Order: sequence, then C-alpha cells, then structure tokens
Amino acid sequence: MSANHTTYGGGTPGAPAWEQDNYLNHTHGLKSWLTTLDHKRIGLMYLICILASFLLGGLFALLVRTEHLTPGRTIVDADLYNQYFTLHGAVMIFLFIIPGIPAALGNFVLPLMLGAKDVAFPRLNLTSWYLWVIGAIFSVVTIALGGVDTGWTFYTPYSTTTATHVIPVTLGVFILGFSSIFTGLNFIVTIHKLRPKGMTWFKMPLFLWAVYATALIQVLATPVLGITLLLLIAERAMGIGIFDPALGGDPVLFQHFFWFYSHPAVYIMILPAMGVISEVIAPFSRKTIFGYKFIAYSSIAIAAFGFLVWGHHMFTSGQSALGNMLFSALTFSVSIPSAIKVFNWLSTMYKGSISLKTPMLYALAFMFLFGIGGLTGLFLGALAVDVHLHDTYFVVAHFHYVMFGGTVIAFLAGLHYWWPKMFGRMYSEKWGAVACALIFIGFNVTFFTQFVLGSQGMPRRYYNYLPMYTSYHQISTVGSYIMGLGFVICAIYLAHSLLAGKKAAANPWGSVTLEWRTPPIPPHDNFDKTPLAGDPYDYSQVRWDAKTGGYVWVDEQSSAAVAG
Amino acid sequence: MLASLLGSMAGFLGQGGGFWLPEAASKTAEPVDALFNFVLWICIFFFVLICVLMILFVMRFRRQRPDEEALSQVEHNSALEITWTVIPLALAIAIFWMGFKGYMDLATPPANSMGVQVQAQKWSWLFSYPNGVSAAELHVPEDTPVKLTMSSSDVLHSFFVPAFRIKQDVVPGRYTTVWFHPTRTGEFQVYCTEYCGKGHSDMLSKVIVHSRTDYDKWMDEEGNFIDKMPAPEAGAKVFQKYGCKQCHSVDGAGGTGPTFKGLWGIDQPLTTGAKVKVDENYVRESILQPQAKIAAGYEPVMPTFQGRMNDKEIGVLIEYLKTLK
Repeated sequence: MSANHTTYGGGTPGAPAWEQDNYLNHTHGLKSWLTTLDHKRIGLMYLICILASFLLGGLFALLVRTEHLTPGRTIVDADLYNQYFTLHGAVMIFLFIIPGIPAALGNFVLPLMLGAKDVAFPRLNLTSWYLWVIGAIFSVVTIALGGVDTGWTFYTPYSTTTATHVIPVTLGVFILGFSSIFTGLNFIVTIHKLRPKGMTWFKMPLFLWAVYATALIQVLATPVLGITLLLLIAERAMGIGIFDPALGGDPVLFQHFFWFYSHPAVYIMILPAMGVISEVIAPFSRKTIFGYKFIAYSSIAIAAFGFLVWGHHMFTSGQSALGNMLFSALTFSVSIPSAIKVFNWLSTMYKGSISLKTPMLYALAFMFLFGIGGLTGLFLGALAVDVHLHDTYFVVAHFHYVMFGGTVIAFLAGLHYWWPKMFGRMYSEKWGAVACALIFIGFNVTFFTQFVLGSQGMPRRYYNYLPMYTSYHQISTVGSYIMGLGFVICAIYLAHSLLAGKKAAANPWGSVTLEWRTPPIPPHDNFDKTPLAGDPYDYSQVRWDAKTGGYVWVDEQSSAAVAG
Repeated sequence: MLASLLGSMAGFLGQGGGFWLPEAASKTAEPVDALFNFVLWICIFFFVLICVLMILFVMRFRRQRPDEEALSQVEHNSALEITWTVIPLALAIAIFWMGFKGYMDLATPPANSMGVQVQAQKWSWLFSYPNGVSAAELHVPEDTPVKLTMSSSDVLHSFFVPAFRIKQDVVPGRYTTVWFHPTRTGEFQVYCTEYCGKGHSDMLSKVIVHSRTDYDKWMDEEGNFIDKMPAPEAGAKVFQKYGCKQCHSVDGAGGTGPTFKGLWGIDQPLTTGAKVKVDENYVRESILQPQAKIAAGYEPVMPTFQGRMNDKEIGVLIEYLKTLK
C-alpha cells in the first residue's frame, strides 16, 4: 500500500503474530503517527491530547478550590481567580469532555464494533484531530497572553467589554466546533454505511446508538455556537451592535443563541457516557441488556428533546413567564428517558453474574453519582425552586454530578474497559479499585457539600464569600485533594501497565461485541475478513478459557477444531 | 426519643434555617420550601431505591468463578417497564405543576405593592424611592409588598435575596421586576448572582426590614441628611451610597480607579499624556462623563452617574474629597 509498510514487524521473534505486527508497531516514527489515517491511532492521539487537557483543567480546578480555603485572598487576587474558573470551565468542556468519549474512545472502538476497517472518511478524521490541536493552541495562546475572565459562557455585554483576551479563545472554540462537527459527520456516515452483514439497526451495540445520537447533535447544534461566537467577535472587534444594548443589541439574545448549542452539548457529553455504561454493565453481569429497544430509543429521544429545553438556563434572565413555563415542562420530559435507562441497567444486573473488575466499579459509581445528578435536576426544573437555586453552588454541584460523576466516571469506565484492547496489557486491579474509591469519595466530599452551600444561598463564580460558608468550602477543597490523589494513583498504575503490565487476553472480560474478536492488540486493518455480527449481548457466544485467562469465542473454537 | 428523631430529621429537610435552606422571611418563601421538601423526599426515595438494589444485586449475584453464568437472561418485562415509566412521569408532572404555580406567585406582584427603582452597576446597588430619596441598602417597612423595577448601567447583574427565595437578573437596556412581602423585621443579605467581573463577589447589599415607625423615621433622616449634616460627613455618606468605594479607596490602596487619598489639587496625568488639575470641575466631569478624561494607568470602565447623583450630592462629595489628604 505505502512505503511505510517496509518498516513493519518490530516484535520479538517467536512471539505470536499479533505481537509481531499490530496497529501500534505496523509503521514506525513520529511522522507515521502524525500522518496516520488509522482510526485506532487517531483515537490514541486524541486520548493523549484529551488527557493532557484534563490535567490542565484539573490543575485550574485545584487552584480554584485552594483559593476558597479562606474567604478573601488565599493564594491569588480576584482577577486571577476569575481567569482560573473561566479556564477550568473552557478547557474541561471544549477540550476534554465534548471530544472525550466520542473522539478518543469512539474513534478507537466504533469501526471495530462495526467489524469495519476504518471510519467512512479517514482523512476527514485526521483533519478533525488537527483542528482540535489548532483550537487547543488558541486556548494555550490565550493563557500565555494573560487569560480570559468571562466564564466559559461568554455572556454579553461583559464579554464584549472586558479587557481580557476574549477573541483568541472564542476563535479557538469556533475551530474546535468544526473538529466536533467533522467527527459527528464521519460517525453518522460510518454507522449508516459500514455496518456488517447481520447488524441491523436493532442489533447494534448500544454504544453505537449513543454515539449516533451524539453525532446528530454535534452536526445540528454546533454550527449555532460557531455563528454565535462569530457574532460576538464581530461586536467586540468591529463594534457591530448585536448583543450589547449600548450598541442597540440585546444581551438576552446571546443567552438564547449560546444555550441553543450548549444545552444540546450537555447531551453530547452525557449520551456517549450512557453508551459506555450499557457496554460495561452487560458483560460484567454476563447478562443480556434489559430493555435494549428502550435504551436505544431513549438515546434518540434525549437527543431530540435536548434541542427544546435550552431556556431552562434562563428562568431568571427576564424571558417571559410563558417561555419559562414551556421550557420547564419540556425539561421534565427529558428526565423520563434518563430515569428509565438507570432502571434498565439495574435490571440488567438482577440475576446476573456480576464481576467487580475496575470498569464495573466505575459503572456502579456512575449509577450512584449520575443518580444524584439526575435527581437534583428535578429541583432545578421546578420553576419556583430554581429561582432560589439558580446561579448558586447548587447548580455547580448538580452539573458536576452529571458531567463528572456521569461523563468523566463513564470515560474512566470505558478507558479501563478498552485499555487491554488498546495496548494489549492489563493494569493492577487492586490499584484500580483503590483509585476508583478515592475518586468516588473525594468527588462526593467535594460536590455534595456544594449542594448545601448552594441551597444556603452561596452564589457561584464568587472570589470572596461570607464567613458563614467557610467550613463548607474547606470540606469541599479537602475533597478535591482526595480526588486529585486518586487520579495520580490512576496515572501511575496505567503508566506501569504500559511498561510492565501483564499481557492481556484477546477477550479478557467476556464481551461479545465485535472489537473483542480481534487479537489482543488489533492489526492495522482490524479484521482479515469482515466478521459476521451476532447478538451484541448474547453471552453464550463466549466461554471462559483458563489457559489464556480470558474468554474465547465458541464459534471460533469449533471452526478451529474442524480445521485442526 | 421519637420526637427528637423527628426533630433532627426536620432539620435535615429543607426547613428554613435548617441544614438545607436558610431562614425564610417572605410570604412566597413558604410554598417554595414546601416544594423543595417534596422534591427532596422524591430524590431520597429514588436514590435509596437505586442504591439498595445495586448493593443487593452485587452481593447476591456476585460472580464466584470466571465461568459462572447468569441465573436468567430476561430481555424485558412490559409491566415493569410501563410502571417505571408512568410513575416517574406522574411525579414529574406534579413537580412541574407545583413549580409553575409557585413561580406565577413569584412573578405576579400584588397591585398595592410599594415601588422602588433599582440601579445595578459594577459593583454596587442603588435603591431609589418615588420621593427622590436613594440609598445603597434597601430599607422597607414590615408586612408590605415591595416591587422592584430594576435596570443595569453596564453588564448583567442579578438580584438575589436567599431569605426571600427571590432572584431576578438585572439587564442593561431594559427593566426587569421582582417583588417580595417581608414577614418580619431584620437585615437580609443581598447578593449579585450574575457574574460581572472583578468585584462580583463584593457586590453585596442588604434588605433592612423596619417596623413602620422606624421606617418613617429612617425615610425622614435619609431624605434630609445633606441639609442636616456637615458637608464632608454628608459627602462620606454619598460616597458610601453610590458604591464609590468598590473602585476608589480612601486610604491610598490600589483599585480599579485612582485612590481618593491625596487626590485633591494634584496634577493628574491622563492616558492622553496631558495633565489635569483635580479641582471641582474635573471631579464633576469625571462623575457625569467618566470617559472624558481617563487617568493614566486605568481602564475606561467607570459608569456615568448622570441622572442619578444630583448637584447637592456632587457638592458634598467634593467637600469630602478635599478632606482626604
């Protein structure tokens, strides 16, 4: 195919064929990675970038929490604090959590799950990654120039009048938006066109349904954000009055435009996470998923309803009472499919054969935390109560339970679940459980406290606070340090796994989706021939094999026996 | 024993002044708290249900050997699925309806409300009464509905009184309204809850609910303080009232604007490179047209006080400025 192929085959002699030649050592050198069209390598490149962003966003979070150890100044002044919380939000949302599961895990897994060689448009896929990098550079440049202090929401007219660097960061977000649109487009076409024989829509793994619903939102909603940010730049740079009333504009219009994207974006963040949880809970219960069709449809329902509820971010903005009433009613309609998913996962565990390996521990943590995140949404959907809670720490706690307790925990579940397939190595289960426990405990200490802070009236985005809130803030900060320790341990044992981890079996968890039909590390072309898709949740297709320490496919075994 | 248990549970629930909610001091707070409690109970019920089932299933159905199969492969159960769709749906509709009804009460001020104008700016509040009196804190009489008509001079702000359970964004270029009916006398915290920059977390004020006689007394004093007090003292009060201290210190400390200490009479360098003597006319111009001459080293961020600060007030403020040596 290409000249790069001449260098393949870096494995030790005598090792199995998959170690001699797989996607990781198929070609060598930095250039072979930076010009790769292989979805698995692009997925890994995304993974590295996204984890770096998570580290950066996490450091800003720890700075924010540390500042709150005392009222008034603890480590920095108000200007820097305002930049820290802005950068924490912007980096976490635009650089980490939106691309996190779809672009990193999704890129790696999606074609494998389809039994395909790659996504439909491999070059577009690489373009998406480069756009992400360019967008990220804009953000880093903004930090180098001296930051931005508008909050990740860029509300006008503050954002059009502040002296900080709004234009580079919004341009960065604009470019990141295109990265997201291209990934979504690619996944939609891939799922439509590259499904293997036997995989009808309702035989697709639920992760694909979730990614498909996500991709629809990415393609339909992101352009609105792009346009909004261009209008913001036009107002700021050229003084064209769109949002600033001093120029004849309307500041509430900006909020409508912004949330028209950013509320659906919440589902860009949570839907793939729900997909991961479906993929993890079934094999770790060794039981077919309960209510498959409902979970599939609910992904689409959530995506559709998600477009109609943006106004619930604006109950106190001055929009009309009628508008508030409609947005509140529609908001409650989204809660139902989310609730039913949780019941379906629980029912999947009932009478299952439950294994508490690290991915499952994260899945259980997800149900606990997402449960709280979802339920506390009921307070905020109810108009009269939201008026009291809006823009307080209650909202901060609520969306962290959904975004962190939901999406980040699911991302960790997915990372630990597909890790053996990515690198052919296992990690320490013991340390995996320790890190999961620390993150879980630290998270609850940090954010449950913030529910109380918020309902007691503590507003968000406050540098200074009244002394009555001090002990809550201190507890919350200690929680964030516990969480940080959990992540450090996680980083250490995963690095150890890469260097010296036990070699993984091809199918260590006993899953029956197609990616587990590949060797421990998949080859460059994924499959020798397109596999026939079966039921993605029928666990009689695999059997425990003590020799390899993993599960083997019954049909492959019998055909091997015939061939032998 | 039972009573004390119930008592501590009531504390955990959203009672005013309890674990969840601050003290309640307005007529509309009570239904809000009742709905908060209702939702809290629903949350506790479902959360406990999810956790108990999860823990039970993990303990009961734990895989003992790697080859252990599941006990059943049920794919769905229509009766169960309908139940867990319909019950949450009914609860959601109930919460929506109560929330909406409560909100309509919050959004509908009684016709006999006392009106107060609110002007928000970075980073202070100004409350103006129909008789021309204005103050940095909102003074109201007990047991009287009060309607605030609010606007902003610069960016978005939001008026939040936790004890009254009310909040409303304050938007430049339009009026928004909020109302409350205080049920007892006392001082209640006001926060700005829409991020507005450096001084956002210091953009605080208070609602002071007086008895009727105290209120009348306050209004009488507040209406005439310029005539009754020595000019520099009255100027200090004006300085407080308009929130000047958010940007201008009086002790030489740095801030968003120049300190007032030792400012009077100096030759102030401007961003244009020219200098201007700080005298009566320069101070007056800086208050009414703040962007006309910007002191070197500062951003042009000061809002105008045209139409808010009257000549008498500017006069005593200048007298106060002269004393800050």
